Amino acid sequence: MNALEIKNLEKTYANGLHALKGIDLQVDEADFFALLGPNGAGKSTTIGIISSLVNKNSGKISIFGFDLDMHISQVKSCLGIVPQELNFSQFETCQEIVLNQAGYYGIKRHVALKRAEKYLGELGLWDRRHDISRTLSGGLKRRLMIARALINEPRMLILDEPTAGVDVELRRSMWDFLKEINSNGTTILLTTHYLEEAENLCKNIAIIDKGLIIEHTSMRQLLGKLNIETFVLDLEAPVSQLPSIDKFTLRLIDPLTIEADLIKGNTINELFYILTKHNIRVSSMRNKSSRLEELFIRLLNI
Amino acid sequence: MNTEQYLIAYNTIVVKEVSRFTRIWIQTVLPPAVSMTLYFIIFGSLIGPRIGKMGGFDYMAFISPGIIMMSIINNSYANVVSSFFGAKYQRHIEEILIAPVPYIIILAGYITGGIVRGLLVGFVVTIVALFFTELHVHNYFIVFAVVFLTAMLFSLAGLLNGIFANRFDDITIIPTFILTPLIYLGGIFYSIELLPQFWQTVSRFNPILYMVNAFRYGMLGVSDINIVTAFIIIILFILALTGLCLFLLNRGIGIKT
Repeated sequence: MNALEIKNLEKTYANGLHALKGIDLQVDEADFFALLGPNGAGKSTTIGIISSLVNKNSGKISIFGFDLDMHISQVKSCLGIVPQELNFSQFETCQEIVLNQAGYYGIKRHVALKRAEKYLGELGLWDRRHDISRTLSGGLKRRLMIARALINEPRMLILDEPTAGVDVELRRSMWDFLKEINSNGTTILLTTHYLEEAENLCKNIAIIDKGLIIEHTSMRQLLGKLNIETFVLDLEAPVSQLPSIDKFTLRLIDPLTIEADLIKGNTINELFYILTKHNIRVSSMRNKSSRLEELFIRLLNI
Repeated sequence: MNTEQYLIAYNTIVVKEVSRFTRIWIQTVLPPAVSMTLYFIIFGSLIGPRIGKMGGFDYMAFISPGIIMMSIINNSYANVVSSFFGAKYQRHIEEILIAPVPYIIILAGYITGGIVRGLLVGFVVTIVALFFTELHVHNYFIVFAVVFLTAMLFSLAGLLNGIFANRFDDITIIPTFILTPLIYLGGIFYSIELLPQFWQTVSRFNPILYMVNAFRYGMLGVSDINIVTAFIIIILFILALTGLCLFLLNRGIGIKT
């Protein structure tokens, strides 16, 4: 069964902005799905419509078989939403925020308390449960929104840029947490500007641009489309000039660093072999950017 | 969701609303007690004895029901408009909107919060009034019914204001330019019999006149208007505002993009 199915979804805002131009999207149950796109592409509008905070103009949405227009209560019961912007009361404690959310879903107090302990604990907020939410750091506020979204134990968790502004350490721990949630069967729909994040976490992906889905496939297939990868090579000794090599494009960044474009089919061993022949020895290497980032840039003609 | 879950959701909103205004009682409960005390001192103790009897009662006794009613109206309205707009402004209204809570439950929760604050402040002001005059109750049922229904009506009006409000200005314009004049011209400080015929007729278009007089009837047994008419008008307003608020919430006006 599809966790999410969107058919011909359109949205035009009152100011005339045509945010969605008839998009189709399917997300399988238990999938970890990335919805990527540049700013203003229509990601948040799509999530807003799914979470019934934005009215659509036309199109159909169903969540686990429940039609959004016909069975809104069932649809809402299946979802947990982590929005892009902070949207909790700045004057309530972490525990109040999470327990109130449970209350809105009709969850009994004793059940809600257990779940609050579980999710606040797993997200490292249990010790700060009595703190007023506005006193939390940016990263902890984002964690609080994840704990709140999980309190109804949703079948599908929607995360709209959950790690925006979060430091690397916290981001990595959030990845682990989300992977675990997903491995337990929760479908996750993620939007993010960190393409490395999507590449690491997601099995399937859609790219949206100017209100249209321009790519909808598995992460593996999408990354397979990448014809050129750029590597940064750190050299053992400085060089002043690069040799001309047919199969590879080389650029001298500084005397100790070169960039090499590797076309699909050529191997990195071949490059090392040729460089060694020209007396250029490589001490270390890395991808210039994530593979998904390179594809993203090419697909969107940025 | 089943009935029990709806009740949990309703209870959650009510508890959150009541906690909100009790947490800031210095801003919500104390100021009306202070300002109403000043009304009693100035209009009751200082000016009242020079005015003499009104409606067959001492001026202080005559204005007491109106002053209590004024505090109920102001506070039930202010509670809902500020809370609902605050939730929109801080965007935590989305917490409720994404949950499977029917709009009627959201409306009932916010309105109950407004009623509770209106009644609590009304109670505090009544205690203050007892320091200045003796309060007699002519008809308990009418007193409680009018107080409850008036708090409900103005909570609904506050919600309507909150739905349409987009800026902080929007939540002060209606109370300042519409509500306050209607309250002051609603027969709190005078009997409309004192007015020329034309202004008596104009006053009858002011719904607050009916609430103040119905409450005064419950307390003192005197009223400028027919008590049945007052109840019909209050109930009609409640029904109309409930229908309008539910229609707007269902359409997503003021709460959805």
